[in-house]
Amino acid sequence: MAINISNRDSDDKLRQKVTEISGQNFQKCYQCGTCSGSCPMSEHLTVQPRRIMALLQLGNRKALSEANTPWVCASCHTCMVRCPRSIDITRLMEALRLVKLRQNFDKVHPNKVKPEEIAKLPQIAMVSGFRKMTS
Amino acid sequence: MSTTVETKDAVAAKLIPIYIMGKKYEVPETLTIMKAMEYAGYKYIRGCGCRGGVCGACSTVYRKPGDYKIYSGLACQTVVEPEMYLTQLPFYPAMRATYNFNDLTGAPEEIFELYPELFRCVACNACTKICPMDVEVMDYIAALKRGDIKAAAEISFDCIQCGLCASRCMGELPQYHIAQLARRINGAYLTPKAEHLKTMVANIADGRYSECLNELKGMDEDTLKKTYTDREMEPATAGEDWTPKESKCL
Amino acid sequence: MKISYYPGCTLKTRAKNLETSALASLKALGVEFEELPRWNCCGAVYSLADDDLIHLVAPVRDLIRVKERGHDTMLTLCSMCYNTIARANDLMKNDEEKRYTINSFMDEEPDYAGEVRVLHFLDFFRDEFGFDKLKEKVTHPLNGLKVAPYYGCTLLRPKEVALDKPDRPELFQQFLQALGAEVVEYGSSTTCCGAYQVLNEPGAALTVSHNILKDALNHGAEAMALTCPLCDYNLGRRQEAMKEKFDFGDLPIYYFTQLLAMALGLPVEESHFELNTDSSQELLKNKNIINKSA
Repeated sequence: MAINISNRDSDDKLRQKVTEISGQNFQKCYQCGTCSGSCPMSEHLTVQPRRIMALLQLGNRKALSEANTPWVCASCHTCMVRCPRSIDITRLMEALRLVKLRQNFDKVHPNKVKPEEIAKLPQIAMVSGFRKMTS
Repeated sequence: MSTTVETKDAVAAKLIPIYIMGKKYEVPETLTIMKAMEYAGYKYIRGCGCRGGVCGACSTVYRKPGDYKIYSGLACQTVVEPEMYLTQLPFYPAMRATYNFNDLTGAPEEIFELYPELFRCVACNACTKICPMDVEVMDYIAALKRGDIKAAAEISFDCIQCGLCASRCMGELPQYHIAQLARRINGAYLTPKAEHLKTMVANIADGRYSECLNELKGMDEDTLKKTYTDREMEPATAGEDWTPKESKCL
Repeated sequence: MKISYYPGCTLKTRAKNLETSALASLKALGVEFEELPRWNCCGAVYSLADDDLIHLVAPVRDLIRVKERGHDTMLTLCSMCYNTIARANDLMKNDEEKRYTINSFMDEEPDYAGEVRVLHFLDFFRDEFGFDKLKEKVTHPLNGLKVAPYYGCTLLRPKEVALDKPDRPELFQQFLQALGAEVVEYGSSTTCCGAYQVLNEPGAALTVSHNILKDALNHGAEAMALTCPLCDYNLGRRQEAMKEKFDFGDLPIYYFTQLLAMALGLPVEESHFELNTDSSQELLKNKNIINKSA
């Protein structure tokens, strides 16, 4: 996947926002790839966690917003316990979600979840899913 | 005989300032918000109902100077306070789910399906704090989340559906609609049935009172009037074990 | 140690089998505890945003309830609740500014500063009760049933609330061994089952759960033991969907407390096996772990 690296594609506001919300310094990432190797959802991601970190460093809003990564992330924390730079990548994923959710955006619509599903799911599935993916 | 009536000078109530939607008015301090607004010249065509504290039409939200808190009350019940800064909230949109009540069985999952937004509650307690009837809204939502419909029905008993909880809800739930469904389910499916009531209704349908009713229906007006005035009445001082002489129509 | 037991929403309905087996076991072992009479849903996930405080209110409220009763320990069964509440507790203990803001916001509740200790069942058994003592109390050992322990995420990550080392944990294995089971070691024991992605990317959650089950089976597991109702859904109830999509066979799933209840010789009704998958009861009957006549 080729991306342009130029000042025009670099959104500093996004970098600041993600840093503020997550409290993490993604500039520390030296692209070792341990996070991508650890992620259980790896085969379902359009952009691997390592690359997300690179895109964050570049502030590439477009590529970040097109990636499904924050929305497939299950917040399992495996990446952050193994990151050699002690970056809490889970918080960065949450920040990427929140940047979108706080614009009053719902990734999952509570009223569109099938009733048959709701009847079978444990309550914690809805509580956690709605907390992570609705505004 | 003299019929003059002594009059004393009417004592006027002290006037205090209140702010109705930002505009200042001087109103007697003994009035309720509703009466004070009418004193000030407002005419209620919405947001007014029983005037007795049970219909939930006149929800009012107000603030007091030097105090960050948001207060609420029913306009017909709450007495005005100096510098009160108020507005009416006669209506707040809250969608009620449509369902066929006869298709429900009382399983908690049915409530989850009809109101999935239930799971968006973050226990912020804004609903309980705003409730003018002191209903513990957060607690009944918590009960519903864990499937305890009976507890939710009991906790929400005093709800008058004024809508203030929904207006403050962070999770955007229509709490009072969900509670009403819980109370309906509790009453219809979870509380024990009154078997003696069922039996009595069946007896009546079978004609227990038909003979007596037909007898009355067949009377002319004078006979009916006489029957009525001559009826045996329970004495005011009768004990628990009093029975009428004629028990045919009991 | 005065223990308040915090159930969590799911344990009163879908995961009743987790609760009833656990509480019956505690009573049989003579552990004194009191179920919290008033509590709210803890939120199931810990908020990972630095500026978000509202999602901390729910778990902190539950901790206040424990404190109000004069108890010093909260015992949780559901792993997601454990993770959420323990992390909220740490924040209230360590972050002065946020503690102040949250306490000010909850002006209708007494102030809280992390006075309560949060324990999950498993670390209660390891650190307070003792696995050796537990082994002595076992009257019906599990006859070498080959059990794959599944930790999931929330008991081991992040480090601040981890019950054990995230990559090579031991406590669940030790618990099962105390019950007389034969422990199956396999790599996916700490891999995420997909959790709440069952709502957004159910296909992905199904695949990752299937991989975990396959791994356990390949290492000779006859059964899998869990601690979390959401894992139970992904790894247990969704086996039906896995049969269709992946030609998957079957692996009986139990809550760790159901195995505990059986090992303590408690009546089978306490474990509500009707909420497990069908094969779960069959396996236990065949292994003589529950009476055929029960």
